[in-house]
Amino acid sequence: MADYKEFLEGLDREAYHEGEFQWKEDGYTVTRTNHWSPPGCHNSCGVLLYTKDDKLERVEGDPLSPFVNGRLCVRCLTLDEATNNPTRIKYPMKRVGERGENKWERISWDEAFDTLEKKIREVWDEYGGNSILLIHGTGRNTGPMTYFGNCALKTPNIATYGFTGFACYLPRLFGSFAPIGDYHIVDASEGSESRYANPEFEPPGVIVVWGNEPLKSNADGYMGHWLVQCVQMGSKIISIDPQLTWWGARAEHFLQIRPGTDAALACAWLNVIINEELYDKDFVDCWCTGFEALAQAMQEYTPSWAEEVTGIPADDIIASARLYATTKPAAIQWGLAMDQQLSAMSLNLACCDLMAITGNLDVPGGNILIRNAYNATNLPLTEPVIPKEWREKKLTMKYTFGDDCEEFTTHAASDAVLKAMECDEPYPIRMCWIETSNTIANPAMDAPRVYEAMKRVPFVVNADPFITPISVACADMLLPVSMSPERNSCRTWWTPVRSISKACSFYEAKSDEEIMLDMGRRLNPEYFPWKDDIEMMDWLLTDCSLPDPDLFKEKSTNLSLESAKVNVTQFKLKHHELAERGGYAYDEWNSVYRKHEKGMCRPDGSIGFATLSGRVELVPAVYPIWGLNPTPYHIEPPESPLSTPELMKEYPLVLTTGARSWEFFHSENRQIPTMREMHGEPLVTINPKTAKHYGIGEGDYVWIENDHGRFRQKAKLSPVVNEQTISAEHGWWFPESDAEEPSLFGTFTANPNNCTKAFETGPSGVGTSIKCMICKIYPYKEGDVLPGEQVIKRGGFIKYTPGEGYPDYDEYKQNGYCYF
Amino acid sequence: MKGILINSEFCTGCHSCEVACKKELGLVKGEFGIKLTETGPWKYDSGNQAGNWEWTWAPVLTKACDMCEERVARGKMPMCVQHCQAWCMYHGEVEDLVKKMDGKSRWILLTR
Repeated sequence: MADYKEFLEGLDREAYHEGEFQWKEDGYTVTRTNHWSPPGCHNSCGVLLYTKDDKLERVEGDPLSPFVNGRLCVRCLTLDEATNNPTRIKYPMKRVGERGENKWERISWDEAFDTLEKKIREVWDEYGGNSILLIHGTGRNTGPMTYFGNCALKTPNIATYGFTGFACYLPRLFGSFAPIGDYHIVDASEGSESRYANPEFEPPGVIVVWGNEPLKSNADGYMGHWLVQCVQMGSKIISIDPQLTWWGARAEHFLQIRPGTDAALACAWLNVIINEELYDKDFVDCWCTGFEALAQAMQEYTPSWAEEVTGIPADDIIASARLYATTKPAAIQWGLAMDQQLSAMSLNLACCDLMAITGNLDVPGGNILIRNAYNATNLPLTEPVIPKEWREKKLTMKYTFGDDCEEFTTHAASDAVLKAMECDEPYPIRMCWIETSNTIANPAMDAPRVYEAMKRVPFVVNADPFITPISVACADMLLPVSMSPERNSCRTWWTPVRSISKACSFYEAKSDEEIMLDMGRRLNPEYFPWKDDIEMMDWLLTDCSLPDPDLFKEKSTNLSLESAKVNVTQFKLKHHELAERGGYAYDEWNSVYRKHEKGMCRPDGSIGFATLSGRVELVPAVYPIWGLNPTPYHIEPPESPLSTPELMKEYPLVLTTGARSWEFFHSENRQIPTMREMHGEPLVTINPKTAKHYGIGEGDYVWIENDHGRFRQKAKLSPVVNEQTISAEHGWWFPESDAEEPSLFGTFTANPNNCTKAFETGPSGVGTSIKCMICKIYPYKEGDVLPGEQVIKRGGFIKYTPGEGYPDYDEYKQNGYCYF
Repeated sequence: MKGILINSEFCTGCHSCEVACKKELGLVKGEFGIKLTETGPWKYDSGNQAGNWEWTWAPVLTKACDMCEERVARGKMPMCVQHCQAWCMYHGEVEDLVKKMDGKSRWILLTR
């Protein structure tokens, strides 16, 4: 669709009921709304929901929504299969057998809430609110969850638990706020309602797709296929990825990088661009600080040095750096892999420095600055509501381990939680509230270890649409959660502001918002005054004031909290008004280019960026305060051809994990028949030559093993990875297999987190190496012990001391710690 | 005559056309009204593309496809065209579609 105007002109708006929120069509009620989790992703796409008798029958994309223009991925197109899935939880239930037996008895919501209130108050009285852990999954409407944790459960301990190193998004957010003062995304004219027809917009001359496959992941509020539209409008491609993708096959430069070495490449690009004077001198002079220090620090990172580290020929590094620096405009589409290496904070800084010195920040077709439309918040930060004594016991790396780093997130550190759970230090976790996190199937680094730790928590409540491995393993109560079409909510992450309207229902399922409201009313009614979910959304959209503003006067050491204080929502429409005007509203801030020249970034209206200095801090002043080197650097993965050459003799391959597929969002969608028709089993991608060397054929079951554990996936032979690298999928469990232990829906069978490690992070506790491990592979043989059996019946894969990291490899070998 | 024009240069193989169509026609597992083909990936060692990668997707219409006659009569797009994420599908009169074929990229015209 190179010509967007042609699309708009060809659209029959009447046929798609322009201006209507709900209508009748062929016996269906059609509701115009937006979709967001569950099941979901990080996006919120405009949909038309076709319902009959309170049941979802079919879904279409809304061609009148500028966010999607009618297009949908297969996850929304099969929404009926998810929503009407017969395996959903229909009623609240309590456990009647032992943990692990999957035996449940239906109870009423009243009984569920009564029990929960009693348990919570008991923990408050005996241990304090800090002994309650709230766990939630990614991509959800997590703002209200933080509110619920702080204001209802009165705990500072909220986490995507098991996920060491905050290794998703947080490093990019803070790696961007520090130098730029704002977050940035690639300009596909998403800030403007007129999209590609906006006369000020021009597509990037070159798009650097780096560390993600945006077409499959649609991550971070960004629809990947917007970039295909840019390519249709003329954008060239540089693809930086260990795997060939659609991008690499069409790229001017496909840089097949060794996993975990992206920061080395970024430093070499800076080296070339600075030394060849390809940078934008005017922008650097007028709007940046720290250029000299950056230039000096980058001298050691020559292209030939980077060739040794990354495996990319120096000539390609130089040529691609030149293409990026000399094409105007140019944009970097960065992704999750940035966060999942030890150099995460360095790499994200280096990328921002590249955007700044080439003059590609805040310009059409570059990396534009983005905020939530109308400053609407998705994260009312409420830690001060928690009684001080409990708040101060937040499980941060500093509090638990005495690490020398500032607290800069609203969440607890996963490793600190793990220590508390494993050895009751600094205090025990007495209760877990799991709001839709499939903890051991998906985020938990060292899944077997987190499984063992969770078993120690005396009471666990799990709210989810489905019974998952974590439900069976350790839940004492299950609460049925509504799917997105059954939910009144809103979307305030980036732009536009969107409404989500309930169109159908399922047995006794309640939305996250309804559960929080019902429970919050009992525990802290002053903070939950709303009569229903819609009134709560009206408050979130237009108000966000709190009963006791005095609590927030004290300066907090938490940097997220401090920055949120200056944010006041300017949105004026209530939930139903937003729904009735089409479900979305764009704002002015996000539609304007060169905001820094117009005084739009800083609270006082002066020109410049929202950093302390007002300039792009190429060498951020705040980095040393966070315990970070303020110029970019490279840290080798803990185990790699360069850092552990001896170990490579036993584990000769590089293992990268977590590449996305069309069908699944993390551990979701495994119950959906159409998805499993297209993608039936977990696949490990192996170069055909490598597979031949190890006697592995297409479709064979393969063991993938490191010094920590092993897992099994099916071999997919493809030249998209090089001979030294294999790529394994994540998030797999098998809802069709046995629920009870030792199966747990086969959650350990194919789980790369049998091989990942807790307590292994980059500087200041940020970043991990789960995308850049090493391994060996060999064929699975009939009769081999499956990982579930190993973990649950045979004592796990390896020995470790509770609350601590792991012994090194030699110690394992000498002491026979490996059990498999 | 109506047709569907595809610019296979930009097809990403996302399967949205297949699934949108299955839902419209009520097709069960293993049956399709439109089905993707995948060519590649391979790296050329020879010819004018030596050193470059090949990886191309393109959909094929099956006998079950009725070009969403009813939807089209009401002014809507065929399901596959409406949901094509790569925006590489066009529906319309064949003589109009042909004019888009510019000799610069790999177009495929499907009719029935």
